[in-house]
Amino acid sequence: MAYPQAAQPQPVPPPSVKVILTSAELARMVDRIAHQILEKTQGAADTVLLGIPTRGAPLARRLAARISAFEGIEAPVGVLDITLYRDDLRRHAVRAVGPTEVPRGGIDGKRVILVDDVLFSGRTVRAALDALNDLGRPSSVQLAVLVDRGHRELPIRADYVGKNIPTALSESVKVTLAETDGSDEVRLIAGRAQS
Amino acid sequence: MKHLLSGADLDAATATLILDTAAEMANVAGREVKKLPALRGRTVVNLFYEDSTRTRISFEAAAKRLSADVINFSAKGSSVSKGESLKDTALTLQAMGADAVVVRHPASGAPHRLANWVDGSVINAGDGIHEHPTQALLDAYTMRSRLGRIAGLHVAVVGDVLHSRVARSNVLLLATLGAKVTLVGPPTLIPVDIGTALAPGTEVSYDLDAVLPTADVVMMLRVQRERMDDSYFPSAREYARRYGLDGPRMRRLPDHAIVMHPGPMNRGMEIAPEVADSPRSTIVEQVTNGVSVRMAVLYLLLGGLT
Amino acid sequence: MTESYLIRGVRVVGAAPTDLLLRDGVVAEAGHGLTAPGATVVDADGLVALPGLVDLHTHLREPGREDAETVESGSRAAALGGYTAVCAMANTSPVADTAGVVEQVWRLGREAGLVDVQPIGAVTVGLAGEHLAELGAMASSAARVRIFSDDGHCVADPRLMRRALEYVKAFDGIIAQHAEEPRLTVGAQMHEGEVATRLGLTGWPAVAEEAIIARDVLLTEHVGSRLHVCHVSTAGSVEVLRHAKARGVRVTAEVTPHHLLLTDELVAGRAVLGTPELAGTWRPTTSYDPVFKVNPPLRTASDVAALRQALVDGIIDVVATDHAPHALEDKECEWAYARPGMLGLETALSVLLAVVGERWDLIAERMSRTPARIAGLTEHGRDPAPGVPANLTLVDPAARRTVDPGELASRSRNTPYAGMTLPGRVVATFLRGEPTVLDGKAVK
Repeated sequence: MAYPQAAQPQPVPPPSVKVILTSAELARMVDRIAHQILEKTQGAADTVLLGIPTRGAPLARRLAARISAFEGIEAPVGVLDITLYRDDLRRHAVRAVGPTEVPRGGIDGKRVILVDDVLFSGRTVRAALDALNDLGRPSSVQLAVLVDRGHRELPIRADYVGKNIPTALSESVKVTLAETDGSDEVRLIAGRAQS
Repeated sequence: MKHLLSGADLDAATATLILDTAAEMANVAGREVKKLPALRGRTVVNLFYEDSTRTRISFEAAAKRLSADVINFSAKGSSVSKGESLKDTALTLQAMGADAVVVRHPASGAPHRLANWVDGSVINAGDGIHEHPTQALLDAYTMRSRLGRIAGLHVAVVGDVLHSRVARSNVLLLATLGAKVTLVGPPTLIPVDIGTALAPGTEVSYDLDAVLPTADVVMMLRVQRERMDDSYFPSAREYARRYGLDGPRMRRLPDHAIVMHPGPMNRGMEIAPEVADSPRSTIVEQVTNGVSVRMAVLYLLLGGLT
Repeated sequence: MTESYLIRGVRVVGAAPTDLLLRDGVVAEAGHGLTAPGATVVDADGLVALPGLVDLHTHLREPGREDAETVESGSRAAALGGYTAVCAMANTSPVADTAGVVEQVWRLGREAGLVDVQPIGAVTVGLAGEHLAELGAMASSAARVRIFSDDGHCVADPRLMRRALEYVKAFDGIIAQHAEEPRLTVGAQMHEGEVATRLGLTGWPAVAEEAIIARDVLLTEHVGSRLHVCHVSTAGSVEVLRHAKARGVRVTAEVTPHHLLLTDELVAGRAVLGTPELAGTWRPTTSYDPVFKVNPPLRTASDVAALRQALVDGIIDVVATDHAPHALEDKECEWAYARPGMLGLETALSVLLAVVGERWDLIAERMSRTPARIAGLTEHGRDPAPGVPANLTLVDPAARRTVDPGELASRSRNTPYAGMTLPGRVVATFLRGEPTVLDGKAVK
């Protein structure tokens, strides 16, 4: 009787793997998104970054760190676990619930930027919007992703995109980060579909 | 895990997962919208053959906060009082599409029987003098949140152990989580073989005062006055004098120690009002934690592919 | 003129193969190479002949609970189990506490004609433990009752027990006691011990049995009567009986097949048996299954071991089934609400073979000769030999069978051995020279 813990990185990559973003490229993209956020939010005023676990959470912290480095502005960072809002709970063995950390000051009246690694069907973002709705009432919600791989199933688009990567449905995009996986990289894996 | 029938169903990893999940569920109570959509479309039946408003309400609140549909099926005013068998009732619930049945029953093992007859999950909400596993989980949750850990704690469980489902489930779960348990009470109310029967390492003492100075947790069990009619002890007064937790006894505890009670309390019998209302008392927290723990159990049983 | 049967090559009580000719209700001849023109030949190569088994403790449920068992269905189950006589317990509805009821049961047994049904009379009116039933009237009725028992209830009042023991001396009666001190078993659900503690079921302590047996053997000695102890279940009871027998008290005792094999761990869903290898892959399907609820309760493995030894030593005289059929609804329920009792007639011999092995003389002694003597059934319990009434059963010791409740002849299904593979099979049973079972099937 064992429950799955939070998604673990694949230790051994399947045969057909292509590195599409190196560590340095990934870092440049985080920098660019940070600049774009500063631009589009008038210096990140009243802005809260909420990372969606697993890899959205460290990405949000990195963005906040870059914003701080560029402009000296401390944007509040939190974590929004969306497990209990997923629309596919019943299709999988029960998923462990992760922590949700709302920064002090809350989200009411704030501009919330949701941060995730890959934007695919849009269902994760839909769940995040629902979860957000139960937490409070932001003045607006934006979305930042490292990779947009297409194949949307819901009317959702990102406000900040690191890189658009056209993919086949049979392929998957795997982001690894030093905080969660030991190293920074984005890989395109052929052969089986996953978000 | 399909059912939660006994504290023995839980290994340390699963029990810890439930407690961790409960901690997340607890955050919901502080939010504007105290509701999660995780169990939308699931049906939870509260099947209660005994009056226990507090337990039923706790499960009901837990299920509703997870957006499950709740059906309360009470033994009174239903076909149960017309003598319908548990099996026939089970088939009825089955036909109604119950995803989980929360059952309270005066007969030990009734939830185990029920689990044979329904496809859904069965959660034991107290069976006879056997077990009450969600109570043990909420007690463990309370200890962890108050004292920061469970492993290594010394827990004294005091009172009518013989007739206590709370004691049985706690002994099993606390042993799994690495606490040391001492059962305290008159010899008539402590089965001599309870240690070997439930968890080796469990100790027994007939002397409350000797146990208190080393206890991190004192869990007082409800003692029914009627027990004295069966000569388990001579009188309520003698019981209170030997095994009741009063102010002077409470002051023999280490400073950090907490006092727990599953409720409902017999003030003046097993616990003095001064103790029940003291800052050491976790009695109200236990009720609050009960909802979070039951949310966690319901989610982990029903939240995935079933 | 009845048919005659020539049984070829049978090992009588395990001895070398021989032929038996059954004619006119008796064993007419025994020896090698018998011929009997017109006789039906039964090939008994590899089979063992035992004197027809005699059960001192059967619940036939008629009158009152014909949905659970009738005299006829219970008789058929008995014949299939190798029995030629059963003693029917008195706890029917109405209770067999008058000459009228015992004669009714006796007559139903005769009409069924599958085994001899010897009624047991109640000791007290309505089994209430207050007033003696008309024991003498039952003794002198057509049923000729000789054993009296309130089985299911203990004759707990020591004065009443003393009177009953004294009173039956007038007609050489015997009191069969259900030894259970009722004040020590209030609300009891299973053997008091670790398993009961773990399962939260109120315990039935061994001392509740032992205290009554100790009291009763002393009373029996004091009044110079005869006592039979029903379904002995604890190691401590064995010690009390050993002591009493050494003192010369006229006490006999029975043990059930289930107390020789099954343990209280089964209630927790664990397959702990007195013969561990028998379990194999078998295990209870669930915990708290009331098919294992019985009174007295299943005890510990060390009790089982003591009972086995006592059976071999003769401290326990008899194996009796306590065959207790119950309707489905009385078992498919919560443990506490289920009725106690197990089927036994169709599996007893197989369980004995599993417990003591092919010790045929011991089996004949404990399951036929001694119980027949206690019950005063002079036509039963006699090894097949010329001139002896032809009450016998043929057993295939090499056969194995997996118990299927649906295949039992009993009207009820509450066998604790469902799915278990047991040794031995009854191939044929003869009652006064007439087959009641042939080829393992009931003849009628």
